[in-house]
Amino acid sequence: MNSKSKHKPRIGVFKFASCDGCQLSLLDAEDELLGVAGAVDIAYFPEASRAMSKGPYDIGLVEGSVTTYQDAQRIQEVRRQCKTLITIGACATAGGIQALRNWKDVDEFIRVVYATPQFISTLKLSTPIAEHVPVDFELRGCPINKYQLIELISATLAGRKPNVPSYSVCIECKRKANVCIAVARGVPCLGPVTQAGCGALCPSYDRGCYGCYGPMETPNTASLTSQFRILGQTENQVARAFRGFNAWAWQFRKASEECERT
Amino acid sequence: MTGRAARTIRVDTLARVEGEGSLYIKLVGERVADVKLKIYEPPRFFEAFLRGRHFSEAPDITARICGICPIAYQMSAVHAMERALGVRIDPAVRLLRRLFYCGEWIESHTLHVYMLHAPDFLGYPDAIAMAKDHRAVVEKALRLKKVGNRIVQLLGGREIHPISATVGGFYKTPTRQELHDLVDDLEWALEASLETVRWTAGLQFPNFEQDYEFVALRHADEYPFNEGRLVSNHGLDIDAAEYEDHFVESHVKHSNALHSVMRGRGSYLVGPLARFNLNVDKLPEVARRAALDAGLRPPVKNIFRSIVVRAVELVFACAEALRAIHEYQPPAVPRVEVPNRVGVGQAITEAPRGILYHRYALDENGLIVTAKIVPPTSQNQKRIEDDLREYAAQLVAWPLEEMTWKCEQAVRSYDPCISCATHFLKVVVEREDVQD
Repeated sequence: MNSKSKHKPRIGVFKFASCDGCQLSLLDAEDELLGVAGAVDIAYFPEASRAMSKGPYDIGLVEGSVTTYQDAQRIQEVRRQCKTLITIGACATAGGIQALRNWKDVDEFIRVVYATPQFISTLKLSTPIAEHVPVDFELRGCPINKYQLIELISATLAGRKPNVPSYSVCIECKRKANVCIAVARGVPCLGPVTQAGCGALCPSYDRGCYGCYGPMETPNTASLTSQFRILGQTENQVARAFRGFNAWAWQFRKASEECERT
Repeated sequence: MTGRAARTIRVDTLARVEGEGSLYIKLVGERVADVKLKIYEPPRFFEAFLRGRHFSEAPDITARICGICPIAYQMSAVHAMERALGVRIDPAVRLLRRLFYCGEWIESHTLHVYMLHAPDFLGYPDAIAMAKDHRAVVEKALRLKKVGNRIVQLLGGREIHPISATVGGFYKTPTRQELHDLVDDLEWALEASLETVRWTAGLQFPNFEQDYEFVALRHADEYPFNEGRLVSNHGLDIDAAEYEDHFVESHVKHSNALHSVMRGRGSYLVGPLARFNLNVDKLPEVARRAALDAGLRPPVKNIFRSIVVRAVELVFACAEALRAIHEYQPPAVPRVEVPNRVGVGQAITEAPRGILYHRYALDENGLIVTAKIVPPTSQNQKRIEDDLREYAAQLVAWPLEEMTWKCEQAVRSYDPCISCATHFLKVVVEREDVQD
């Protein structure tokens, strides 16, 4: 019999409605990929391999949101197969950009894009995985940060808490000694309410943060909304700012809906 | 003989493509009765929710259609918007956009050549299994891919969904020194790409030539990225604004992606083979020579050889990136101011997998009224089905398992990006033996 201690942890990568970018982050970890592949058994990863082994899996990485009836069923099966279930990216953790349908009439959307609407079957809402099954960890970002992913996999395998901070992008800006573009130049920036992880990329490239890591732990969206108004942003502009890649995350959702009411 | 019981082979997911689709082939005796490339990637409705968004948001939003080729989406979006808004960009910005695209081509082509396609030729399920026997090859591939990603990261902030490209230019442009720091890597990458051409040329290719209508951009003096007329080997020669007069999308029941066909002519081929065949004279000497040495004589009509052509385009992308870096002088301002106005603009750029069309109509506040996006894989989808009908017919005598793998390999030759075309590739070969 095989000894349990020799068993390499089995990883499965599952895709729902998404752009594939978050799972590609694993292949983009050029320096780490062969190391990771040596430490674990990548048992199911259709984007990278034709060999697809059945579950159960020690870790399941789930990319994408639930937008079809079939996917709502499939995620239940994926959950049953995975000891630890980790969602990766804004689609899986917040419904993604495709959650913009959640405020609209999806049947009208189908008619706009498809000539024969009766061929298309889809749910009215694009929803995050955690609305369907219990999730062990949600990794943020559109896309995720590959180093955070590797840290998360290592921590899970070691049975420790991952070092993935939930403070705001502002902290990363301060660490990089960026001059605050919102204060110094009046550029609307979602940094104060957005979770860190990107390395304050947008402010470092001279533009306001557009919130692709979703809400930080305790975001003060009301305060930021009034700041945006002071900077001359219209209600529609403020609502659009919150209604991006994490629009359905409840804090951002609440903020955009409040703008629409005023 | 009397027929055996009807057999169906199912391969649950066609792997190593971006997105989710399935392939269904039905054989009745020796005849290929039906071929369907089914795409059941869930629809995400980009064209619908882009309405009401500001033109400046389109490059960031449309990038999310595809994590493999976000730059292609950003480039088609910025060019279409600039046309709608009457914006002229600085020549230095134009040069940087070419360099940006070089980075995406290097990253995407390397991923496809070594990690998605080569395992088929060498009989491995994936690049990680391949690395056990060919570690140096896979290590070289990863390093090459990283060089492409370094370019994207420098110009765009990160590899996937970069944040710096915008209508009118870039949010931030690099210094000459920052670009110069890439030179050593790129010189290595150029050599590695030349080795890639030689390596791929030595693979075994099925004898399968088809009479394609190749469609690609063509520019007066460059191998195409962002500009040029849309041409074909059958006489097409149009501006992006005329695209919808010549190409129509049709919606077929088995797919969540729209099939694009040329009006009155049917399927056509976009991507590396089309670009190479129509623009071989625009390749720099080093890439043209590599192609000739690899035995590529245009027109190359064997889709399986597109792996070699991708390698030649890697050589081109490295050489072009070096040229751009040497010529670069930072623009006076990173981006020009772009006021809101009413307008309609179309653009076509060359994504790694082929032409990507965007059209936007804008209102007086710069908000999008209508959007239309035709990704390369929707354009190749019908051609993939046509090819498989021919190719499966050649393979009917083979055992189903091998035949299935061969058909998968044919599909992968297109480097289909189903995330783009919407998305799940599952191969089903169904065989019904006829009683005679």
